[in-house]
Amino acid sequence: MRLKSLMLGAVATAALAPAAFAERASDGEVRIIYWQAPSILNPFLSGGTKDVESASMIIEPLARYNSAGELVPWLVEDVPTVNNGGVSEDLKSITWKITPGLKWSDGSDFTSEDVKFTYEYCTHPEGGCAQLTKFGGVTSVETPDPLTVIVNFEEATPNPYGPFVGGESPILQKAQFENCMGAAASTCTEENFNPIGTGPFVVTEFKPNDVITMKANENYRDPAKPAFATVTFKGGGDAAAAGTAVMETGEFDYAWNLQLAPDVISEMEAGGKGVPVAGFGPLMERIMLNNTNPDPNLGPDERSVVRPHPFLGDPAVYKAMSMAIDRPLLVEVGYGQAGKPTCSWVPAPEAFAYSDVPGCDVQDIEGAKKMLDDAGIVDTDGDGIREKDGVPLSIVYQTSTNAVRQDFQALIKEWWSEIGIESELRNVDSSVFFGGDPGSPDTFQKFYADVEMYANTFNGTDPQAYLGNGLCDKAPRPETQWQGENISRFCDEEYDALHLELTQTADMAERQRIGRELSKMAFERGMMIPLVHRGRLSAHANSLGGVDLNVWDSELWNVADWYRIDE
Amino acid sequence: MTDSPQDDLIAIGALTDTVPQSPPTSRARDIWDQFRKHKGAMLGLGFLVFITLAVVIGPWLWTVDPQKLDIRNKDMRPIYTAIWDSSAKTSWAKPLGSDQLGRDNLAQMIAGGRVSLAVGWAAMLLSLFIGTSIGVLAGYFKRVDGLLMRTTDLFLALPILPLLLLAVTLFRQPLREFAGSPEGGMFILIVTIIAITSWMPTARIVRGDILAIKEREFVLAARSIGTTNGKIIRRHLLPNVLSPIMVSAALGLATAIITESALSFLGVGFPSDYPTWGKMLADAVVRMERFPERVMLPGIAISLTVLSVNYLGDGLRDALDPRTRGR
Amino acid sequence: MLTYAVRRLILSIPTLLFISFVIFMLLQLAPGDPMAQVPLTVPPEVKQKMREALGLGQPPLVQYWKWLVQVFWIEPQVLIDHIFGTAFSAGDLRVISWQTRSPVMDIIIQRIPQTLWVVGVAYVVAILIALPIGVYSAYRQYSVFDQAGTFVSMVGFSIPPFFTGPLLIVIFSVQLGWFPSIYDTTHVVNDWASFKIQLQQMIMPVMVLALQITAQLSRYMRASMLDNLRQDYVRTARAKGLSEAVVVNVHVLRNSMIPVVTVIALGIPAIFGGAIITENVFKVNGIGQLLLTALFANDLPMVMTLTFIFAVLIVLFNLVADILYGVLDPRIRYD
Repeated sequence: MRLKSLMLGAVATAALAPAAFAERASDGEVRIIYWQAPSILNPFLSGGTKDVESASMIIEPLARYNSAGELVPWLVEDVPTVNNGGVSEDLKSITWKITPGLKWSDGSDFTSEDVKFTYEYCTHPEGGCAQLTKFGGVTSVETPDPLTVIVNFEEATPNPYGPFVGGESPILQKAQFENCMGAAASTCTEENFNPIGTGPFVVTEFKPNDVITMKANENYRDPAKPAFATVTFKGGGDAAAAGTAVMETGEFDYAWNLQLAPDVISEMEAGGKGVPVAGFGPLMERIMLNNTNPDPNLGPDERSVVRPHPFLGDPAVYKAMSMAIDRPLLVEVGYGQAGKPTCSWVPAPEAFAYSDVPGCDVQDIEGAKKMLDDAGIVDTDGDGIREKDGVPLSIVYQTSTNAVRQDFQALIKEWWSEIGIESELRNVDSSVFFGGDPGSPDTFQKFYADVEMYANTFNGTDPQAYLGNGLCDKAPRPETQWQGENISRFCDEEYDALHLELTQTADMAERQRIGRELSKMAFERGMMIPLVHRGRLSAHANSLGGVDLNVWDSELWNVADWYRIDE
Repeated sequence: MTDSPQDDLIAIGALTDTVPQSPPTSRARDIWDQFRKHKGAMLGLGFLVFITLAVVIGPWLWTVDPQKLDIRNKDMRPIYTAIWDSSAKTSWAKPLGSDQLGRDNLAQMIAGGRVSLAVGWAAMLLSLFIGTSIGVLAGYFKRVDGLLMRTTDLFLALPILPLLLLAVTLFRQPLREFAGSPEGGMFILIVTIIAITSWMPTARIVRGDILAIKEREFVLAARSIGTTNGKIIRRHLLPNVLSPIMVSAALGLATAIITESALSFLGVGFPSDYPTWGKMLADAVVRMERFPERVMLPGIAISLTVLSVNYLGDGLRDALDPRTRGR
Repeated sequence: MLTYAVRRLILSIPTLLFISFVIFMLLQLAPGDPMAQVPLTVPPEVKQKMREALGLGQPPLVQYWKWLVQVFWIEPQVLIDHIFGTAFSAGDLRVISWQTRSPVMDIIIQRIPQTLWVVGVAYVVAILIALPIGVYSAYRQYSVFDQAGTFVSMVGFSIPPFFTGPLLIVIFSVQLGWFPSIYDTTHVVNDWASFKIQLQQMIMPVMVLALQITAQLSRYMRASMLDNLRQDYVRTARAKGLSEAVVVNVHVLRNSMIPVVTVIALGIPAIFGGAIITENVFKVNGIGQLLLTALFANDLPMVMTLTFIFAVLIVLFNLVADILYGVLDPRIRYD
């Protein structure tokens, strides 16, 4: 709401005083603070959000998502589709038409060769490119003329907008990075720190993990933009300090991703120098249910590998566990305006979300108790903990170490104990938990616990690959060195069949229907208990206009349109 | 200052009378008398005893579970806020207020103090034990002197805080399994690390003193009647190096408490659901303006404890030093 | 004296090698993964490829040897190249940070000015405050000034910077708005106005740090003065009829400075080490902050190199302190 009214205000100001920002570099300096400091400006060598977003001011993709999640042409004339002939009928190739006259910041022409080079750069076998998945399934990139790029896929790809789309897949300049292929990537410090781009700004100085100073790109395609002459992009510190600097002391104009408790945010807002803005992408905090048996007495080849779980497979159990959770309270405690209760695995884009789940946003302890009683899962030995077939409902509940997650754990443990389920809490340092070391027993992939809580998301707006994380053969197990995305080891033939159907469907409405159905299955058949749909909360100074928080792409996607509101 | 009137007194006394004017007093008595004169040290001792008792006995007197969530009574202010702000949310049930999840601040302060003090005492004792052992061995046995002192130099050359951070971030996980619980693992880790990185000054001082004392006649006498090395060390040497040990003990306790809080503040200390003073302070910093007490209480608790220990050390140094005693 | 210094210098080489080995093995033993900060949307196979690109797959001893060669052979060459414009190091692989994929040394050199500005200035300020306080406290032992001085230094000792730091920010940045809460590392001092801005942004971190250092130094100064004031030569000087000012400021002070100077020398490595907590609180992105972020990101080459540099400085300044002691105090003979 607030965002919308602000945007309207911005439009109004724009209409009234067009002269205020009609000229490039007329608005002085804009100061941005990211509490995680960027360490490199080449997003292909680091997957970190901080690096991708800071680089997005300098280097750009062919097309990107706007704040509504729609694909918009960026360096191309329009977005290719089957209808306009840009995507072939068999869905195996896509043709991009580059906008004529585009220039790199060094004045040279932007051509299809650069695009092709970017593909070669990232797919080089020794490069260790972090965005390799963007180019998954690509067999070749052709350049029939300097303004045409054809991307060929191995098989029919209903969503061909992976390569060169979004902030993670920007175009690098061939002339600059030619000698940085593969193993040489690490020796190209100068190139990685000062990439030549087509974006609104160019780097003047990059101090890794500290600060980036930029100035307006003289060769930017729109002669009236950007409004700011220089950018100071500070990194480091913590979210609280960043929020204070924008909303209370007014030292900075924009602060990214303020993961702070809601009462802290509203206190800062009272400072009056800036406002928080929230946007919701597909990020969702959930409790994963282990579909295999994590009994420590099992050997390493069986623990969290053999099915089934002694009691978590029973719908009465996991449904009761879900009913006992007060999602609105979790939101209030942990995220405030940056969270919403949800029961959908894919909470956004809205068309894909399984919404209107009955009982999702109310706690129903009595109903949960009744459900367990009806299923015959009762407390037989009087210790306050129910048993199913003689096995007490006693679970190990693990998550990564993080203040909000520990609060959630404490609250949920209490609610579960009210319905007769005992839980033991564990928290693991996040670098280990998400570290993926096959030798460690504490990774989230190993899942040596009954339930575990974390958040996950996907890039772009198409959840096909993400929904593929529920496929039977993606379960982590010893044969795969414990790698695999199906963390809960969910395995359901109907699910697999339906997902296969999704991969073969091109019609958007049908894809959305299947997506909703898959999310519903994940919830109702015991893959996970969704908790909170988490948003991105950033803040900008009152005097900074043009901010349009985008959760589908880099937050700084429209930095060229930012301007100073005269007060 | 230099020519104290007592020197004159003794000089005159020697001329007139050889009978002591007051009955002889024991050494411990002398030390205590001198110590008592040091007001800061007395206050420090008093506060340390008070805070130790508070955190040890506290949980029996104030039986609220520090981890108990009470969402309805969250963000309570301490009872004393009612004095100037009658509209503040206060209650005798939560004398120091509650945090954003309704956990009781007083119970958390007690639990946090327990951890902070336990870490301080354990690390100090361990570091004293290592330091004294190495110091005594190096000073008494010439053969191992070189080796031990080079080791000490080596440890002195290790950058302490970085190394500590390193060890904590890197070994938290394995130790947690070893100790069976995250708190246990962290406790062992922090205590060991602080001790391992802080015993060197004690070792050096003790070695120096032992080197001087072992040449004295009474040690020679003990040796001549066939006293074993172990006994000489225990009966004759250790009591004589007690004073530098006590002083380093006080300093060690203070630094250990500060170090633990610093680690917690940087987010690499005890697990996030486990209260210590440093952690409470770190968590409360973002709400400092609205709830200053949540920062001030643990902050003042840390500072006062360390301050009292420092004063205690200062008083001990004065009292144990025979040159200053009796002035 | 010279032979002593040379012998100590030679002895310190195996010590340092040993230290570097210990640190390296510590890092190797540790769990943790430089890819942990990469988002979950990047699949494991890609992360594995990235790890290989960082050279993680090699056996530890090979990695250690590579690091040794890079630090002791290639980096000095780079330095020579930089100074004389030669090209010894062309094509050699330097110590590369995993986070930034750039030479570790370059980043360290970039960070040193920030750290020196803040921590170094705090050190100088602390010395300037501590010495007079220590001298006067000792001269007027047990006076009100001495008691107050003792109390202030005890307080400085006891209040941790992570308490004073946020407190100062809330008071001076948020409430009063006098000083910025975030240190601007890009600020260039070129005239009086910009110098004033630099002063403004430095004042809070410097105050916090100086309080601590002052507390320690003034205690040393006081103790050392007290020792000397009781010496016979002081009585002699007074008996000669020298003025109090000369006795205290020339005779006593000079002798009392000997241990204090060595203490000051011993503290210098800590300046370069940065102040991890203070830098963190005030967002002075110096060496301390660099180490902290590198630790959290499991950037082992950076952590390794930084801790090793600290160790070198500590060993070096220990030696300097010992030699200073010998130079200043003619009674001490090392040979």
